[in-house]
Amino acid sequence: MLTLYDYELSGSCYKVRLMLGFLGLPHETRHVDFHPGREHKSDAFLAINPLGQLPVLDDDGYVLRDANAILTYLASAHDPGGRWGFGGDAARNGRIAEWLGFASDLTGTIGAARLHDAFFHDIDADAARAGGKRLLRILDEHLWFQERQGAAWLAPGDHPSIADIACFPYTALAQDADLDLADCPAIRRWHDRFKRVPGFTVMPGVFPARE
Amino acid sequence: MSSTEKVELDPAIRDAWHVCAVAADIAPGATAMHCLFGQRLEVARDAAGRPVVRGDGRVLPALERYGFIWTSPGTPPEDLFPLPGYDEPDRKNVVTGSVGIRVSAPRAVENFLDMGHFPFVHTGILGEEPHTEVKEYAVAIDPVADEVVATECQFYQPRAAVGSSGGAKTEYVYRVPHPFCAILYKTSPFDAVRMDIVALFVQPVGEEEIIGHTMMSIIDDRSTATEVRHFQLTIFGQDKPILENQRPRKLPLDPRAETPIRADKSSIMYRRWLTSKGVAYGVIPAP
Ligand SMILES: N[C@@H](CCC(=O)N[C@@H](CS)C(=O)NCC(=O)O)C(=O)O
Ligand SMILES: [Fe+2]
Repeated sequence: MLTLYDYELSGSCYKVRLMLGFLGLPHETRHVDFHPGREHKSDAFLAINPLGQLPVLDDDGYVLRDANAILTYLASAHDPGGRWGFGGDAARNGRIAEWLGFASDLTGTIGAARLHDAFFHDIDADAARAGGKRLLRILDEHLWFQERQGAAWLAPGDHPSIADIACFPYTALAQDADLDLADCPAIRRWHDRFKRVPGFTVMPGVFPARE
Repeated sequence: MSSTEKVELDPAIRDAWHVCAVAADIAPGATAMHCLFGQRLEVARDAAGRPVVRGDGRVLPALERYGFIWTSPGTPPEDLFPLPGYDEPDRKNVVTGSVGIRVSAPRAVENFLDMGHFPFVHTGILGEEPHTEVKEYAVAIDPVADEVVATECQFYQPRAAVGSSGGAKTEYVYRVPHPFCAILYKTSPFDAVRMDIVALFVQPVGEEEIIGHTMMSIIDDRSTATEVRHFQLTIFGQDKPILENQRPRKLPLDPRAETPIRADKSSIMYRRWLTSKGVAYGVIPAP
């Protein structure tokens, strides 16, 4: 049985919920009181993840932390066709890994500014916002070139990958960090495509695809 | 959260109590920095555990009620508005979380009063298509308590409360006992007579920047505090982008300023009530 240690307003947990939705995997949810309870820093939770971070996935006793790690694992273990993750195409795999790294940077910038503004985390929000803005520019440009080559997703291939899943939440939640996507039309088009992938789910702050 | 520039406060706002911290966050001996009306506040407790609030170079009035600490830059009334039901011994009183939002305080209160957004913003929880119609309800100003009260409100809700086991027609009563606080009473899935309480207490950090504090007082001995918070914060998280997209961010008090759809009956009454009190903070006064 899959169990997700989850917090509804967490963009990182949302990555895993998206993946579970796309793969149609039944699972249990263990709600962690991230805000206001700070339960992720409790002794009980630190025993599960010493980093004190969400998400964590438990697959029949195999306990894994970190959204990228969990996406990689689910793609390997539960997506037989290898459509979402690391199949046999080396060039595609390299790109997926590259964008997974980029997704962590989004978490550390846009995600951090969002936690500052909404949940009062004590960080340098202006630096985080500036970093996030830079990343959005890079992503917008990449997606624009992808589109010119007839490619819809971050990594090569006709099917979206875990790289798209990993980069979606904090770009879709940019407004929460007081960043807007007005100047990022390619990102907005990519969001629209992503929201139409069967199995897509929303979270508070993310809206379904326009009709 | 950043502080915003200092503005002159109108007397109604200056002399009211304002929420400034979650009581459980202020441990004995600890001091926390907070922000109200663009001013730095120091919130602490004295040896007896009573809240002490300092700001503007002086000690300000302080009060602890409903899980929060309240203060005032002016001369506040003896006590805060009452909250009937809250003290009933079998209720679960949960501080459900505080969220920073880029909006004015009155916009947040107005959104809280609006049932029309349930099916579209809280789809599958507080509303669901095709049940989108807001049925006729009554709204008035209670002259004794000096508050806006909306009664006979009802709405079909797929999941009205954390403990709900299915969809139900839910009855609501709304109260606005304070320019920046709103409280609703709604049908409880576990009690045929008494109602669950959901409160929104808005801390105006600046005119267009708030901390929305939420609290629930419910009749439910099954759900854990974590589940109650998850439920409430999910809903509040859905409201946040809607609130942050409103323009202007301040609430226009001129009844003609917005389309009648958005400014429905209770909203019009609330705006009128703010005008009658001379509230100028976070609003665009009527000409
Ligand atoms: N590298 C982690 C980071 C996830 C992360 O930042 N999670 C947040 C919640 S959205 C968290 O638990 N933060 C607490 C902390 O970092 O102390 C991942 O991608 O899963
Ligand atoms: Fe709402």
